[in-house]
Parts: sequence; C-alpha cells; structure tokens
Amino acid sequence: MLGGCPQAAPPVNRHRAARAAVHAALILYTLLAIGPILLVLMNSFKARRAIFGDPLAPPTTETFSLVGYNSVLSKADFTLYFVNSVTVTIVSLGAVLLSGAMAAWALTEYRFRGNAIIALYMAIGIMVPIRLGSVSILKFMVDLGLVNTLTALVLVYTAMGLPLAILILGEFMQQIPRDLRDAARCDGVSEYRIFWSVILPLIRPAVATVAVFTMVPIWNDLWFPLILAPGRDTQTVTLGVQQFIGQYVTDWNAVLASLSLAIAPILVLYVLFSRSLVRGLTAGAVK
Amino acid sequence: MADVVLKGIRKSFGATEVLHGIDLEVKDGEFVVFVGPSGCGKSTLLRIIAGLEKITAGELFIGGRFVNDVPPAERKIAMVFQSYALYPHMSVYRNMAFGLKFAKLGKVEVDRRVRHAAEILGLTPLLDRKPAELSGGQRQRVAIGRAIVREPSVFLFDEPLSNLDAALRINTRVEIAKLHRELSATTIYVTHDQIEAMTLANKIVVMNQGRVEQVGSPLDLYHRPANLFVAGFIGSPQMNFIAAKVEATHSGLVILSVVDGNEVALPSPTLPLTLQETVTLGIRPEHMTEGCDGALKFEGEVEAAEHLGEATLVYLRLANGTRLIVRAPDDTEAAPGARFKASAPDRSIHLFATDGSALTRARQESRRPA
Repeated sequence: MLGGCPQAAPPVNRHRAARAAVHAALILYTLLAIGPILLVLMNSFKARRAIFGDPLAPPTTETFSLVGYNSVLSKADFTLYFVNSVTVTIVSLGAVLLSGAMAAWALTEYRFRGNAIIALYMAIGIMVPIRLGSVSILKFMVDLGLVNTLTALVLVYTAMGLPLAILILGEFMQQIPRDLRDAARCDGVSEYRIFWSVILPLIRPAVATVAVFTMVPIWNDLWFPLILAPGRDTQTVTLGVQQFIGQYVTDWNAVLASLSLAIAPILVLYVLFSRSLVRGLTAGAVK
Repeated sequence: MADVVLKGIRKSFGATEVLHGIDLEVKDGEFVVFVGPSGCGKSTLLRIIAGLEKITAGELFIGGRFVNDVPPAERKIAMVFQSYALYPHMSVYRNMAFGLKFAKLGKVEVDRRVRHAAEILGLTPLLDRKPAELSGGQRQRVAIGRAIVREPSVFLFDEPLSNLDAALRINTRVEIAKLHRELSATTIYVTHDQIEAMTLANKIVVMNQGRVEQVGSPLDLYHRPANLFVAGFIGSPQMNFIAAKVEATHSGLVILSVVDGNEVALPSPTLPLTLQETVTLGIRPEHMTEGCDGALKFEGEVEAAEHLGEATLVYLRLANGTRLIVRAPDDTEAAPGARFKASAPDRSIHLFATDGSALTRARQESRRPA
C-alpha cells in the first residue's frame, strides 16, 4: 500500500528530446557523484608514482600495487578504528530507529499534554545544527567523565539523528489508516503489539530511508570524534586516516586505501537498503 | 450473547457536542441498524459502543456489565470496518488468527476457528493470499471472518458495504442477513443506505444531528414516521410534502385547504389543531395514483418522467410551484409539459404539525398501504 505506481510512459515522439535531456542531466550527475569515489578506489590500487603520474588512469599490471593496503592493514590500530566506527554507527542507528519510531508513534497516535510542544521541540532540532553546541556538549561530556569514550559519540549521534527520524517516521505513521489500529484494538492486540506487529512492518520503507540518512553522516563524521574521542583507543576510521596525512609528508597510498576500506561497509549497507529506500522516498507521492 | 443498553450517552469533540444524550436498548440477538445522513453521529455512536471513543457523559452496558471504561478487547465485541482494515502484510489466515493469538486459546483452537470461519465464508482457497491479491468482496468477507473467529457477543458493522459495487452489495447484504440468522448474535449495523436498513434490520434507529429521531421496526418507520425527518428519510423516492392550512374542525373531521384552493377533509388527529394553523401533508409517491379517485386531488404540469421499467416516476409542478413525485404504472403516458392529474386516498395522507412532529389520526393505527 505504500508502493507508488509507475507513471504511464508519455508518447514517445513528443517527448523524445525532453527525455534525452533528462537522461543527459542524470548521467552527468551520476558521473559527478561516482567520479571521486571511482578515483579513490582506482588510485588506492596503484603505486605512489603512478598516482601522481597519471591520476585518472586505471591501475595496469605495471602500476598495480597493494602497498597502501599493506601499510594500513599492518597497523593493528586500523582494525580498532574500524571496529570503533562500526560500533558507534550501529549502536547509534539502533538507538535512533528504535526511540525515533517509538517517539513518532507516541506523538502521532496519542493525545497528551505537551504533545505539540514536544513535536515543535523536535522540529527545532532539525533546523539548528548540532555542531553549534559543540562547546557545551564537550563541557557536558567532561562533567560526565565521558570524554574519550564511544558512549559520548553514541549519545551525540542519537540526539543528532532523532529529530529527522521522528519527523519522517511520524509522517508515514499518519498515513496508516486509523481503522487499522482500531481493528487491532478491537482484536485485543496490546498497544505494544500494535506498534511492533502492525505499524513497524508497514513503515519498513520509511525505516530504511531514515536508516540511510542517519547512518551516512555518522560514519563520515570527523568533528565529534575529533573533539570528543580523539584518544588512541576510541578513534574512528575518519580520524584514523588523518595519521597518514602529515604536515610535510602524506602517505597517499595509505590514505586512499583506508578511504576505500571506509567506503566499503557503507556501500554494502546502502545496497541492502536501497530497494526499500527508493520505495520510501516515492511513497505517498502518488495516491 | 448480550444486550446493549445506552443511557444518556453524550459525546463532545472539544467544544462541539456531536451526540446529545442517546437512550437506546438493543435486545439480545437483535439486528439493529443505525441510519441517518452523513455527519449525524451514527458512526461515532458505534465507535463508542466498540470502545474506540471515550464517552463524555452517560452510561453504556453490554450484557448487563457497565463498560464505560472497559477497553474494546474486553467488551466481547467484534467490529467490521468500512475500509475492511485488513493488515496488508499478513495473509488471510494470519489476518483472522492475529487477534486470537493474544486470547490464549491455543494453536489448535485458533486453527479450528479460522478454518471454520473460512468454510462459512468460502475463503478456504484464499487463506494464503495477501489482502492486496483479493477482490473487494473477498476482502470484505475476510473482514467479516476476522469478526466471526472472535465469537463475539455483539457484532458491530460500520458501513460494511459502501465500498462494494451494486451487485456485490446486494449479495453481501443477503449473506450478512443469513449469517445473522445462523449466529444469532446481537448485531449493530451502521449505514446511510435506507434500503440496507429496511432489509436487514429488526429495529431501525433513525438518527439526525446527534439525536435519535425514531426507533422502530422497518415497517413501523415506513407507515408511522414520528416526524418530517423520518418521513423524508425512509422511503424512496422521498415522501411528498405539501403545505396546508387548517380551515375548520368539526365532528371528528378537520378541513384543510391545500394548494390551488383545494380542500380536503381528514379525520382529526388525537391532538387538537387550532384554526389557521399551518400543517404539512405527507404523501408517498407510491400511494398516489393518476386520475381523480382519491380524497386529495392535484393537477400540475409534468416536468419529467423517469421510466424505471416496473414503474414510471412522474415529476409534477403544481400551480403554486410545489413539486410532487408520483409513482405511476409503467404504461403511464406523461410527456414533459403535459397536464397531469394525480390524487391520493385519505388513509395514505400523513399529517405533520408546524414543529415537524407527526399528528396521529384516530384511524391511522390500522392504516395499510394502498
């Protein structure tokens, strides 16, 4: 019921030129978006000389080299950074999705005092960038003794992801017909069961959408790991990569290799979610 | 099995009161239909009985138990929704079994009930399908099946046939009537369709603007409407209403002057009428005949004629602008623009006071349709 209908194809003759233009624009955009990633991937498999000699060429048998990966993986730290990143991302994602969905359900389904105020408060969270509060967040974490822990990052990222999650999930929950919840209530299904067995399965596409939008900024973030958890044991991949970038010498092989490794997991997750993601983005557009 | 008793039920949404004190008794095993125009509060009343809306004031009893604050699941009711409200991600089987899972019945019993309901409703071959793969009629049957498996004391139907096409609506209507005979559970059914109300109900509750206008058997409402609203709402085409003035009353008769200076003498109502009081005459189109045989005669111009096959509906316009509908035999000749004479026997004439309430006449109790 949340799936959009494909639009009927317009008559070929009249719209051929228009469609070609649209395709050209999309292809151009795709190249722009994929280009840098492709460049990083390609060059990570090349020897240092080849990276600078001809950055746009794909690796050949002569220029192929795994030196970057060797230097990254031989450092035991990198595995640690990776585990840190994965832990922070997964735990934050889980927290955002779970509490976001539950909060969205409460705000859309139940009328209680302060309902509108809380919803407004959450909306403000979307408009005000969380980085503006960096100083107070740092002070707060120092007071709590959470500096240089992954918990600090998880807490901040959960707060960062919640407003948008609540907005999007709440919007989708409102589209679920009221009769469905009423029918479940008449059936003797508890409120928790209604949430888990009726509402959540129906907003799965929205959950996937929110998951991707939440996951990517967390994985890529450099700011909060830098100020909240720069310690040796708590560095994330994005922070870890920085050690290969020196003031005078940069180990480009290692930088590109670690970046390629950092892209991989997010790419896998994206592919997994993408089917649902597209459905989530277009759902409700046609009705 | 249970009766349902409503005492002074009121419901407000914010400052707006939508139900103004409803008193009603639904006996065990009865099929009661709430009927009324949209926005009259009938669905809200049903949702109150189901426990989906809170009661603002008044008392509700189901099976003798005071249930104002009892959640829907514990009221032994089952509700069928207009939109079917099937869980889209569950198969037909799971749709029906879902509610039972939480009733601690045991797998075997759940399976027995689901299969039995599927058998009754002819859903057995469809048990593994998802709702999206079913036709409208099939979905409706699944929704009914989901209600049956709960073995409720009271069935609640909220306009269950509105989303079906005409042919299917009649079939399903007959099925629901049959189902009620077999299960003999108390049933409350909401509709805006008076044909559904007339055909299904033991008792009809006509509602308007948050109030009960009249409660009675289908024929009661048809023959003895309590007021102008019920008279106009029950029956199709609508009853004709004609303004009249009381000219004289004597020896058990009241003389009324109708349009065109036409006069008619009717047996006096039980309540006294004052001279020159304006009253309304009501005559059903099917009780009017062509010609001048009846007590009350009209002559007017034919505005339109609709040939239904078994009858012809003649739309008349009288000299003073009043419009009348006459249900005449199918071979009636009535070309638009032609003059047409129609009349009605006095026993078919309803009389309504200025405030709209019906004035019962001495002979009316024994009146039968012409």
